[in-house]
Amino acid sequence: MGLDVMQYDPQIEKRVKEIIAEQTMLDPAEIRLEDDLVALGLDSLGLVECIFGIEESFGISIPFNANTPGEPGFDMSCVGAIIAEVEKLVARQPA
Amino acid sequence: MRRVVITGAGTLNPLGADTAQTCAALRAGKCAIGPLSCRDVARLTIQIGAEIRGFDPAAHFARNSLSLLDRFSQIALVSARQAVAQSGLEIDAALGLRAGVVMGTAGGGNLTVDDNYRTVYEEGKNRVHPLVVPRLMHNAAASHISMEFGLKGPSWTVSTACASANHAMGQAFHMVRGGGADVMLTGGSDAMLGFGGIKAWEGLRVMSRDTCRPFSRDRSGLVQGEGGAVFVFEAFEHAKARGAEILAEVAGFGMSADAGDIVMPDQDGPLRAMRAALADAGLNQEDVDYVNAHGTGTAANDRTEAAALRVLLGDHLDRCPVSSTKSMHGHLIGGTSAVELLACVMALREHVIAPTVNFTEVDPDCALDPVPNEAREARVQVAMSNAFAFGGLNAVLVLRSAP
Repeated sequence: MGLDVMQYDPQIEKRVKEIIAEQTMLDPAEIRLEDDLVALGLDSLGLVECIFGIEESFGISIPFNANTPGEPGFDMSCVGAIIAEVEKLVARQPA
Repeated sequence: MRRVVITGAGTLNPLGADTAQTCAALRAGKCAIGPLSCRDVARLTIQIGAEIRGFDPAAHFARNSLSLLDRFSQIALVSARQAVAQSGLEIDAALGLRAGVVMGTAGGGNLTVDDNYRTVYEEGKNRVHPLVVPRLMHNAAASHISMEFGLKGPSWTVSTACASANHAMGQAFHMVRGGGADVMLTGGSDAMLGFGGIKAWEGLRVMSRDTCRPFSRDRSGLVQGEGGAVFVFEAFEHAKARGAEILAEVAGFGMSADAGDIVMPDQDGPLRAMRAALADAGLNQEDVDYVNAHGTGTAANDRTEAAALRVLLGDHLDRCPVSSTKSMHGHLIGGTSAVELLACVMALREHVIAPTVNFTEVDPDCALDPVPNEAREARVQVAMSNAFAFGGLNAVLVLRSAP
């Protein structure tokens, strides 16, 4: 199933896009699910700020170490992947 | 211009409470990284660090002076005492006027800040200890050293994050070389292994959760430590006239700024600092026998530093060992390059190169000889010590065997 037809929680999608837009100085509407963060112009500091923003917004912890970005744990290959990972982490939270 | 030599050294760091213990640990490839013991450690994501263990401040300082001494000042004072004792200097009134101190620190009294924030914000108290300000100020360590030894000449503190001690020692070198002082006590110290200090570093996502493995392919980030070292820098003629034992000559110093990114390392800035240090020393690339790397163990630093060294040294890098002792004592932040200079002095005097421990796998992106895991005997006459700070501020010292 392609990313474009996957269903995301609209609230999570909206908030994640806003956070990324804030760091990339873009309009949230310009951010597409298939976009890669580097291609959006996000540098390493912007990335850790995005992760922080997402963690604070959703009350979750994202496993990420800048030294081992390829390590499994949190897929950041594109915006849609991040949203999917956030949804998983939010769903895993105790009610 | 005058030649400048080192006639004393002292240290308190996770590997040892003096230079002998530290050098023994560096030779043995001991790793001082372990579980952190600070308050609220369970709330930290990063729970490892290189702590100084077994240090009893009350054994070194009078009870009524301890309220003025943050841990970073205690480390500096204990180190300075050892350095002055080794130098054999008798600092009388006349020499005191020709002697000063320049220290490096990144965090200053960070633990004091943390403790007192708890007092007012967490505990809700409306009063803090009256000496919080003189205890936390960045120049506290330099001031206490100047007071204890009667150093009345040029004295100050520099703060350039992870390069603080190298910047301090470079300025001490300039001061003695240029005639502004005959003797300078210099080095650096930091103590930030408290909850607030670690929590702040966690945010950058560059800290390792297992250990520090500089230049190793599986490296996972830096590990913070606490500690420092102090040296006596002295005009060569002054040292010779009093028959002092000379540990090494300070041959050159180079500085540069990346003027690029606030945290991402750069290849050009460090390269220019290393070139400047060698040019200052009047040495060629092939003269370098050992490099004590900045080698933080982050993916980006080690790759970039290795690339800069390749440009600097060319094929000579294949014959020039490069180790990161941060793998053993951790990243002592503003004090780190002072302790690392001890490894350079050891290489020059004892002809033993400290290893990079915890090394498991060669990284093709770090094509250098990291002296993996075991110390190595080698004839070393020139050693270079790198420090490349957050903020893109670089400072490189070059030492030469005692004249």
